[in-house]
Amino acid sequence: MTHEPVTVYIKPPKGFAALNLRDLWLYRELIYFMIWRDIKVRYKQTLLGALWAIIQPVLTMLVFTFLFGKIAKMPSDGVPYPIFSYTALLPWGLFVAALNQASRSLTSNHNMITKIYFPRLVLPMASVLGGLVDFAIAFLVLIGLMFYYQVSPAWASMWTLPFFLLLAIITALGVALWLSAINVQYRDVNYALPFLTQFWMFITPVAYSSSVVSEKWQLAYSMNPMAGVVNGFRWALLGSGNGPDASLWTSIAVSFLILISGLFYFKNMEKTFADTI
Amino acid sequence: MTTAISVKNLGKQYKIGAAQTRFKYGMFREVLVEAAMTPVRIYKALTGKASRGVSNSSSFWALKDVSFDLEEGKVLGVVGRNGAGKSTLLKILSRVTEPTTGEVTVRGRVGSLLEVGTGFHPELTGRENIYMNGAILGMKRAEIDSKFDEIVEFAEVSQFIDTPVKRYSSGMYLRLAFGVAAHLEPEILIVDEVLAVGDAEFQRKCLGKMGDVAQQGRTVLFVSHNMSAILRLTQEAIVLNKGQLLMRAPTQEAVDFYLSSGQAQAGERIWDAEDVPASSKPFTPISLRIKDKNGNVADTIRSTESVRIEFEYQLDAPITGLRVGIYLGTMRGEYVFNSFDTDAPEMFDKFDSRKAGRYVSRAEIPADMFNEGRYSVGVNASSFGVRRYFMDENAIAFNVDISGAPGTQWGEPRVGAVRPRLNWEIEKLG
Repeated sequence: MTHEPVTVYIKPPKGFAALNLRDLWLYRELIYFMIWRDIKVRYKQTLLGALWAIIQPVLTMLVFTFLFGKIAKMPSDGVPYPIFSYTALLPWGLFVAALNQASRSLTSNHNMITKIYFPRLVLPMASVLGGLVDFAIAFLVLIGLMFYYQVSPAWASMWTLPFFLLLAIITALGVALWLSAINVQYRDVNYALPFLTQFWMFITPVAYSSSVVSEKWQLAYSMNPMAGVVNGFRWALLGSGNGPDASLWTSIAVSFLILISGLFYFKNMEKTFADTI
Repeated sequence: MTTAISVKNLGKQYKIGAAQTRFKYGMFREVLVEAAMTPVRIYKALTGKASRGVSNSSSFWALKDVSFDLEEGKVLGVVGRNGAGKSTLLKILSRVTEPTTGEVTVRGRVGSLLEVGTGFHPELTGRENIYMNGAILGMKRAEIDSKFDEIVEFAEVSQFIDTPVKRYSSGMYLRLAFGVAAHLEPEILIVDEVLAVGDAEFQRKCLGKMGDVAQQGRTVLFVSHNMSAILRLTQEAIVLNKGQLLMRAPTQEAVDFYLSSGQAQAGERIWDAEDVPASSKPFTPISLRIKDKNGNVADTIRSTESVRIEFEYQLDAPITGLRVGIYLGTMRGEYVFNSFDTDAPEMFDKFDSRKAGRYVSRAEIPADMFNEGRYSVGVNASSFGVRRYFMDENAIAFNVDISGAPGTQWGEPRVGAVRPRLNWEIEKLG
């Protein structure tokens, strides 16, 4: 060997383990390979393949348009309702898919966990990031919709889009860390998750505009980071709404709180994964 | 000489009770209760009253107070029966799980062959799986690139390298998986029972690869139930029993100790009342034991020594024409032979009828009978042409260790279930 071998000290865990992000960096290629594997096998042996990345948001958009746009006649900030809802469904779909994939990421790779050392964080991270490909495919539909409805994009604010995408990913990763770690011990997560995402969608302005939420609830409402993400997406892409204000900081703060607490919870549970999974 | 692995007072405790409730995958109620108890737990943690590692009645030590050092370039064998703590030791060394007490210093990258094929995805091709598996094992992409051809050649899968591995035969799959793991080239290699799988050719290859690794001056930890492989590949071995390190000695000495100390136990089957069908009355099986030459119950016996099989049973009423016997078979389900206690004519006459009472039927299987491997023993109690009272095709199993058996000097597997010592003569004819 050309390099000096690394020395590893193995000791009983004491209290909250250090985050050990150095190891995560050493294994960055594994994150890449896990994402690549998930994408490669995701639509294997399906008839429609990657079309599913489009079908899901488009069908939801059609149902929303019929129910909320045509029947309930919800206000859509002056944008055609299909585009209004589809813009929100993009980050929302990314978020839900990330939670679904990531919450199962540890249990479905249990043979890796019980046999090999690697930073366990790799698994939920790869699941969350793997959703970006579907997101990109679904995004193409939005461009088509905007051409069809002759809606011109908000060029001035579009540069902020990556920021809101990042906020969505941070939120998703934070929640995913909690869920995946709990799922190792309690498979209840599998059953609770559909309800969680359903309720969460009710408090997120996916099907309606956040302008319908009354003033006194706005602060509580902005505690939901996904509300900040969805409003941000609409503003960045369509120029609708008032644009980011102080409430965005609340969303960001809550999002980071979830991520950091999730990291610590995950790290603290990590040492028992191999024994309990 | 530098020390590659230094283990000090290593202990690993599992909580049985906790594990049981956890393995039930809990219920929501438990989460709520636990959530409600969170302040209490945090308080305990902060005040240092945390219950981590405190022994109580529902916990056991899978590993206790184990210490040893291993120098760089040495090959160490680890022997012990199931549950002795071998796997726990390996899991701690490979950082899969963390110890409860003690500490380990490991100098260098640890690779282990207990992870063969981990992360293989059936839908991915051989090529894709090599990269995937390499990354899981901690290899860099450049490293995999440079080893790629070697791995493919070792696995003999070059024509199928772009075929999904779900279409591979099990042999190809195994060779590919082993190929990646074997080319990882860690400073420390852990090998756990990989030799138990695969065909003879594959086993020969694996042993060859392991020999290479040892000769390159790498440190190897080799765990196996296969004593002859341990003897072939290691100079020194440790014996674990119930989580404790009993001895460390040159391999021959350690293996002799292990085989003779009756530790290789579990060679006993006891029937509980509920295991016995009511239809077997008046015959009730009690126990079946495999004993080695010295009369110790053993689940590993030596091919070069005789084996005794004892079947104990109870008759609640007299039975006429009863014969009690064994069916001996390989793990692949082929019979080696069957034999009854009244096979011999004089026994047949003498035990024409058996009175009620407790009996034991003993048989001695002569030395130099079995080949290497695992064998199953079935029992049968019947009156020929009248009735079968009791039958258990798979009552117990035992391992055969072939060290010292004929032909072991070549280190190659021999075909068949028997390994007799034949009286060969060599005569020079002109």
